[in-house]
Amino acid sequence: MQYLLLIYEEENRFANLGKSEMDKELAEYRAFGKEFASAIQGGNALQPTGTATTVRVREGRRLTTDGPYAEAKEHLGGYYLVEARDLDQAIAIAAKIPGARSGSIEVRPIQKFS
Amino acid sequence: MSAKLEVAELDRLCRAEWGRLLSALIRDFGDFDFAEEVLQDAFASALVEWAARPPSSPRGWLYAAARHNAIDQLRRRGRFEGKLAALAETAEREAPAADAFDEERTVPDERLRLIFTCCHPALASEAQVALTLRTLCGLTTDEIARAFLVPTSTMAQRLVRAKAKIRGAGIPYSVPSAVELPDRLAEVMAVIYLVFNEGYSAAKGDALVRGELCAEAIRLAQVVRSLLPEPLSELEGLLALMLLHDARRATRVDVRGELVLLADQDRGRWDRAQIDEGRTLLQTALRRGPAGPYALEAAIAAVHAEATRAEDTDWRQIAGLYQRLHALHASPVVALNHAIAVSMADGPRAALPLVDALERQLAGYHLWHATRADLLRRLGRSDAAIISYRRAHALAQNAVERRYLERRLSELTHSY
Repeated sequence: MQYLLLIYEEENRFANLGKSEMDKELAEYRAFGKEFASAIQGGNALQPTGTATTVRVREGRRLTTDGPYAEAKEHLGGYYLVEARDLDQAIAIAAKIPGARSGSIEVRPIQKFS
Repeated sequence: MSAKLEVAELDRLCRAEWGRLLSALIRDFGDFDFAEEVLQDAFASALVEWAARPPSSPRGWLYAAARHNAIDQLRRRGRFEGKLAALAETAEREAPAADAFDEERTVPDERLRLIFTCCHPALASEAQVALTLRTLCGLTTDEIARAFLVPTSTMAQRLVRAKAKIRGAGIPYSVPSAVELPDRLAEVMAVIYLVFNEGYSAAKGDALVRGELCAEAIRLAQVVRSLLPEPLSELEGLLALMLLHDARRATRVDVRGELVLLADQDRGRWDRAQIDEGRTLLQTALRRGPAGPYALEAAIAAVHAEATRAEDTDWRQIAGLYQRLHALHASPVVALNHAIAVSMADGPRAALPLVDALERQLAGYHLWHATRADLLRRLGRSDAAIISYRRAHALAQNAVERRYLERRLSELTHSY
């Protein structure tokens, strides 16, 4: 099965991270990528929510607003698409994402249309 | 079995065999709903067919009939390939000789996988409980709804959603790996204890249904215990705890439905055989390793059970056990129980400061006020006791507990 692992984190934490701490965290993400290279099918880090734009179309009119979809303490900061045998394996991979220690990982199975 | 099959007899069989048969069918066909459907149909046809020819092995017959039915349906749906084709072959070979089954060999017991799936941490606690009662214990949706005092439609929804999540999210039908096993077993034990407590707490609902929940929780713990490859002392502790509590269940409420305190219960009516079973099991658990929270709670229940009269209770030992429990699992409710034991061992004066120290954490808990009221009453401070009993009464949800507090209040106000 395929799962999307969504990484929710407090953005402030990154803004306040020093250079060496940031390098350490990036190295952890690289190590994670290497460890699960065979399961990971895609993934990206996202720019901060300050760059986000939300678009809706209502009654044919396009409404564009500044900012992320929902104002919350933690925001979507990145994701991985992984292949896993079952939810237990997906959870085990999610728990190894460095962001799981400071933020939360939402594990979402990919919908298949036959 | 009599020539004419009684519906009640079949109901009993259904309750006894449902979990094991379903666990095998889910393994065969990989789908909860489908397995449930074909098993239900097998029981329905048993009612008709056994009247003419009762099988030598009801379990084997039901399994064969359900598989036969399942393969038939899959064939008609045209989803018939690979693994299923192989299954169909064996099922067809077995079906004609269904009543000659060696049931132990032919019906696999997959209940351990089933309980780990039902108690998966990705499911909400109330869904875990409902699924466990439905699939392993064979309670109907309606019975579970009545036990939890929710409308049947709500309970049906809860079960449908839980099964949809198992299917959609890929929750595995397997016993977890050795690394995950301790946490997952803790989750299973928590669900079993939740079922038991739902039955044991006199808070609400029909006494008969509640008694059944206690019995089912005990049976679940026994099943898990018999299927685990290695003994687990905490599971034995939990089973001992439930046996010891359940042995007193009949004396907890009097004929008018009033709550009877431990001190006032008719100890002659405690189930001595079950108490002995619980104590033996607890000793086994304690020999096996350091006592965990369930074993410590069982030890407390055992000390109570050992006292043939309330005044013979070894409260000092109980206070010590609560202290150990608090060291493992610091909680204000455990601290309150420790204070109560101290009040019984050393008097209310020694216990009052311990209770007062918990005010910040427990000011919204009716039993904190009731305990404090009791200590004040025993110290002869009636005015303060009345105020505390009133606060307890205002916070208590349970009708039986409220009536108990009302009786205490009227005793105090009348003694003026």
